[in-house]
This record gives sequence, structure tokens and C-alpha cells, in this order.
Amino acid sequence: METPIFEILRSKKDRVLQLWLQVQQMDTEVSNNYNTADELRAQSTEFVDILVGSLNENTVQDFSSPELEALTDYISSLTISRARQGFSPRETATYIFTLKDALLKVLSEQNSDNPQQLYQDSILVSKFIDNIGILSFETFITGREDVIFQQSEEMAELSTPVIRVWNGILAMPIIGTLDSARTQVVMENLLQGIVDTGSSIAILDISGVPAVDSLVAQHLIKTVNATRLMGAECIISGIRPEIAQTVVHLGIDLSQMITKATLESALKFAFNSLQLEVRRTQREKLN
Amino acid sequence: MLMMTMLIKESLIIQQERDLVYCRNRVKEVAAKIGMGIVNQTKLITATSEIARNMLIYGGGGTMRLEVVTKGKQEGIQLVFEDKGPGIADIQKAMQDGYTTGRSLGMGLPGAKRLVNEFVIQSAIGQGTTVKMLKWKNG
Repeated sequence: METPIFEILRSKKDRVLQLWLQVQQMDTEVSNNYNTADELRAQSTEFVDILVGSLNENTVQDFSSPELEALTDYISSLTISRARQGFSPRETATYIFTLKDALLKVLSEQNSDNPQQLYQDSILVSKFIDNIGILSFETFITGREDVIFQQSEEMAELSTPVIRVWNGILAMPIIGTLDSARTQVVMENLLQGIVDTGSSIAILDISGVPAVDSLVAQHLIKTVNATRLMGAECIISGIRPEIAQTVVHLGIDLSQMITKATLESALKFAFNSLQLEVRRTQREKLN
Repeated sequence: MLMMTMLIKESLIIQQERDLVYCRNRVKEVAAKIGMGIVNQTKLITATSEIARNMLIYGGGGTMRLEVVTKGKQEGIQLVFEDKGPGIADIQKAMQDGYTTGRSLGMGLPGAKRLVNEFVIQSAIGQGTTVKMLKWKNG
């Protein structure tokens, strides 16, 4: 009478755990980490409990089965918590794959007289653990992608600072691509800056924008119009020669706006319209 | 010295806004590699940006094939944008300055045409749109 694989494992749960902990201790990559031996033991016990508990004749064949939800959830949270604790993906993968060694050893102890059965069971167990490994890997990558996404959001916020260069004059350097989401942030920050500082002139410096296409131009026009509605003037500076040529070829009319080649000339223009003068002072000679 | 001719030929998928950034950067990289001047580089990436965005907004995304082509001593970059979107009903109208079915300035297609040396657009309703453009290194 052949005993199904999940029943073997269920009855030999303690042996699996014992072997797994043994393999983990032998493997420097696993033992050489931050967990204390007790924590590791507790985690491994929980893992084996859930694994053995969710194995039955269906789930052992079909990893996408809904009955495995408890196990997949556990693996996801395990991966995430290990990643937070600073484990490398390799360490977590090794941790999971050493379980395979333990399971295979238990199977071979039980089925030593039936190589045919042992072979089939081994393949099943291998596939199952491989799937767990893949799931853990996927969780890891998804986690990373979330982090990257958050960072790029934060970067859009960070990279649009409003600088008060003079009483009544604001400057906003834009670096990178000016897409719709970014324009929204730029416009909000700029308009809020105008209100907060009571400025009447805003300089939008696009030296760091690689290309001005029709959408970027449209965004610039909208920003300038919005600034004007607030009763302030908006100067676009940092128009490089190649940008000027491209905009002309593109056929976009920016003549309604005040544009300057450099931030310096924009500032000069701003000083002029505020009737300010920058002068070199005559130093009094010391006797 | 051995002359190495590196023929670049690749295909990029444009499905979302951030793909545009990569696609522009890649075109700029290749343009710089073949020694295209900064003005022509900027013209080419601006045209790329226009067409790629059109493809994304109106065509529901598609692919861009990038190729370095030579003709005699001339070297240039050829870009083919292909989508399987709804197509353009009236190409002549679409190529007019200021005409748009969306809320843009309506300068994308005609503007892009002025920025490159060769520009061919083909479209069939329900089958998609193909835009082929070419910019010579010194064109």
C-alpha cells in the first residue's frame, strides 16, 4: 500500500523540521545571519506547520489552488519581513530551498524500498518548493517596484523647488522631463509660492529640460496664463539655442510669453520691472 | 585602425507615459553615438516625442523601430512608429497646423514633419497608423 506524499510528510513533520534546521545550520549562508537560533527555529516551525497543513492531494499538484492561500500569504509576508530585516534575496531563497533538502531526505527515508514512488514524489516536492521559491522571488521584485514607484513620485516633488531670489521675485528651476503629472506639481508649487511670498514675478527656468515638444509648450503656456491670472508675471528662462530652433520648426508661438536665454537676463528683466537697480558700490578709501 | 560599423536596429514598446522617457533617451543616445549635432539631436527627439505621444494617446500604444541607416556617406536615424489603433480618418486634415481631435495644440504631426528630413504617414481606419521618419546626421 502506497502512502500519499502529503500523509508521509504530515506524519513526519517533526523529522522534516529537525532535518531542515540541521541543513540550515550547516549552510553558512543561512546560519550567518541576524536571526537568533530561537527566532529561526520558531519561524521554521511555523513555516513547516503551514506547509504540511495545506498539502493535500489537490494542492500538491496545483500550486494555483485557492486552498493554498494561507501558504502563499505566509510566504509573501515572510519574504517581505526578511527583506525589511536586511536579508539578501539569495539568503531568503537559500532558506526556502534548504527545505527541499529536508523534505527529500524524509521521503527517501520512508520510500527507500520503492524507488519508482520515491522518484515521482521527489519530482512533486521539487516542483512545489520551486513554486514557493518563485513566489518569494516575485514578492521581492514587486516590493522593489513599489519602492521605485514611490521614489519617482517623491523625486517629482523634490525636484521642483520654489526659490525666493529677491523680495517679490520667485525662481523655479525645472530639471528633467516636464510631463503632465510634473506640470501639475510645478504649477501648484509656483502658484502657492506666489501667494505665500506675495511675489509679482516668477521665473521658470527650463535649462534642465531636455526637449520642448508641443505638450511641454502647452504646459508652459498654461502655467504662464495661470500665473497671470494671479496678477503676477511669469518669465521663462533657460531657452537654449537648439530648443529655440526646435520650437520654431515645430510651429509653436511662444511670442506671447516673456522668454530669456539665461536666468541672469531673466533676473535683470525682473529687477528692471520692479524698478530695482544693481550697482557696484564705491568703496570708501581707508586712510 | 579597424573600422567597426555598429549597425543599430532595435524595437521599443510604448505602452505608458514613462516609456516615452526611455524612448527619447534611447534615440538621443543613438543620435549622439553616430555624431549627430545637438540641434539635430534635439529636433529628432522632439519629433520622436510628438509621434510617440500621439501613438500613446490616440493609438493606444505601439512599437517604435529604431534603425541607423546609411546612404552613400550620409548616416542617419530612421524611426518607424506602428500602432494598431483606430487609425486617422483624414490624414490631410491631421497634417494641418492647429488641427486636433483632442485638446492639444494640434502641432504634433505637422511640427514633427518639419523637424525631420523624411516623413511618411500611413493610416487605415480600424487597422492602425504607421509613421516613418528619417533624420540625416547633417540634414
